[in-house]
Amino acid sequence: MMANSDNNRRKFFTTTLQSVGLTALGGLLWSGYSHEVKASPLVLRPPGAIKESDFLTACIKCGLCAEACQNRETNTDKESGEAREGTLIMAKGGDNRLIGTPFFVPTQVPCYMCEDIPCVPVCPSGALDFDSLVNEKQELDINKSRMGLAVVHKESCIAFWGIQCDACYRACPLLDEAITLEYTKNERTGKHAYLLPVVHDDICTGCGLCEKACVTEKPAIFVLPHEISQGRAGDHYVKGWDKKDQERVKDATSQETTTEISKEGAADYLNSGGLY
Amino acid sequence: MKNIKYLLLRRVTQVGLLLLYFGANAYGWNVLAGTFGSSLVLGTIPLADPYTTLQVLATGFVLGADVLLGALIITFFYFVVGGRAFCSWVCPINMVTDLANWLRRKLNLDKEEVNYRFLKRNARYWIMVLGLIVSAVVGIAAFEVLSPITIMQRGIIFGFGMGFAVIVAIFLFDLFGVKNGWCGHLCPLGATYSIIGKASLIRVDHDHEKCTNCMECKVVCPENHVLHMVNKESIMVTNGECTNCGRCIDVCNDDALNFSIRNYLKK
Repeated sequence: MMANSDNNRRKFFTTTLQSVGLTALGGLLWSGYSHEVKASPLVLRPPGAIKESDFLTACIKCGLCAEACQNRETNTDKESGEAREGTLIMAKGGDNRLIGTPFFVPTQVPCYMCEDIPCVPVCPSGALDFDSLVNEKQELDINKSRMGLAVVHKESCIAFWGIQCDACYRACPLLDEAITLEYTKNERTGKHAYLLPVVHDDICTGCGLCEKACVTEKPAIFVLPHEISQGRAGDHYVKGWDKKDQERVKDATSQETTTEISKEGAADYLNSGGLY
Repeated sequence: MKNIKYLLLRRVTQVGLLLLYFGANAYGWNVLAGTFGSSLVLGTIPLADPYTTLQVLATGFVLGADVLLGALIITFFYFVVGGRAFCSWVCPINMVTDLANWLRRKLNLDKEEVNYRFLKRNARYWIMVLGLIVSAVVGIAAFEVLSPITIMQRGIIFGFGMGFAVIVAIFLFDLFGVKNGWCGHLCPLGATYSIIGKASLIRVDHDHEKCTNCMECKVVCPENHVLHMVNKESIMVTNGECTNCGRCIDVCNDDALNFSIRNYLKK
C-alpha cells in the first residue's frame, strides 16, 4: 500500500517534470526561431507603415492592404483593360521576410503612390498608420509617406560618367523635388556638362519608381529602408548657424573645467625616462 | 451506401470560404476579404482570429479597434456553433489531416501505432500558453510565424512559395508520425477554440437506447475520447475538444448520434 502511493507520487513528479522540461525546450526553440525570422531589415513596407520593429509586432498578416493594392481602380492595363499585378507582396516561405507581412520590390512593381492610398485605410491592426499620411489640410497625402530612401551609386550611374541620362529624374513622381539634377563641368571633354542626380532625403518617399526606371543592368539608384540608407550624426552636434537647431540647446548651462598647466618643461619629460 | 452528409457539407463550407477569400484578392470580390488573421465581411463587418489577437496583445501592442471587435464577434460566433467547428468546418488544414487520417486507416497504420508517451493531447494547451509567453518575450505574434493554417490559407490566396513544405510536413507527421498529431495534439488554435467551445450551444447528443455498440463512431472520430459515453449513457458530448464535424453522426447506422442544442435552462 505504502509502496504503491510512493510510486504514484514518483510518477506524478516525473511526468510533471517532463511536461515542464519539454515546454521549456519548446519555448527555447520557438523563441530562437521567432527571433531569427524577424531579423530581416532589408525590406520595404507599404506607405504609412510604423517603425519596422513595431510593424512586425502589429501586422496581423490579413493581406487586406495587398488586396486593396491589387484591386484598385488605377491598376488596370491601359491597353488590355485587365488588372495588373499589385505592388504589395505577401511574404511567403522562402522570401526570407517575416511570413505573411506585406512588402514590395521596386524592380518588380514599385509603389505608384495612388492619391487615395487604398492600402492604408483598410489596415485593421494599426500597422499602417493612417494619421501619419494626413497633411495640414486634413487630407490624405501620399507625399508624406516614407517607405524608404533612394540612394545613388555613382560609380555605376552613367550620368556620373558624363553620359546624358535623366531616367530617374523624370520617373520621380515628385519631379525636381525628390531628385534634382546638379550641373557640373565635364573636365574630361572640356565642353560638356554632367547632369548628376541628387536625392533629397526630406522629400523622397521611397516609392521606387526611379529604381524601376534606371537604365543600367542592375539599378544604380535604389531604395533602401531608412535604417540602412541613413547615417546619424548624433545629438551632440548642434548647428550653430541654424536657429531651429539652436533651440535644442537654449536651456543648456555651461560647465567650465580648468586643467592646471604643468610647470615642467618639455625637455624634462623627454629626459625623465619613460617614453610610453 | 455510406452517409456522407456532414462530410460533404463541411467540404463545401471549407472550399466555399476559401473561394470567397481567393476571389477577394484575384477578382476584387467584396464578400469576404483578408485572411483568418483579420477579415472584412461585405466591406463592413470585421472578423479576427482570437488567438492571433491574444498573441499581438501579449507583445504589448495596442491593436486597432477593428481587430478587437472582430475577435469578439468570432468568439461569440463559435461560442454558439461549437468552438472547434472552426477546425472541422473552416480550417483548410483539416482537409490535409483528414486525408492523412483516412490514409492511415487504409494503410492499416493505426494498428501499428507506437505509444507516443511524451506527446499527450493536452500538449496543445501548454503550446497555447507558451505561444503567448514567446510572443511577449520576442515581441512578435509567435504562432503566426509558423502557423500552417494561415500559411496554407495565404498560399491559396497569394501563392504558396516554400510554404508548401509546411503543409507536406503536417501531412507526413499525421500520416507516419502521431495519429491526429497536429489537430489533436499540437495546434494551439484548436486549443483556444476548445476553451471557447466548452460551453457552446450546438453539441452532439447520444442516445444510448439506440446504440448497437458497433464503435464505428470511435473509429472515425479525430478526438474519440470525447465519445466516452457511447453505449453507456444518453448524454451530450460536452467536451470542448469535440470539433462538431459530424462524422460520428454520418457513420452511425442506428441514429444514436445527432446534433442538438444544449439547454442551460433545464434542470
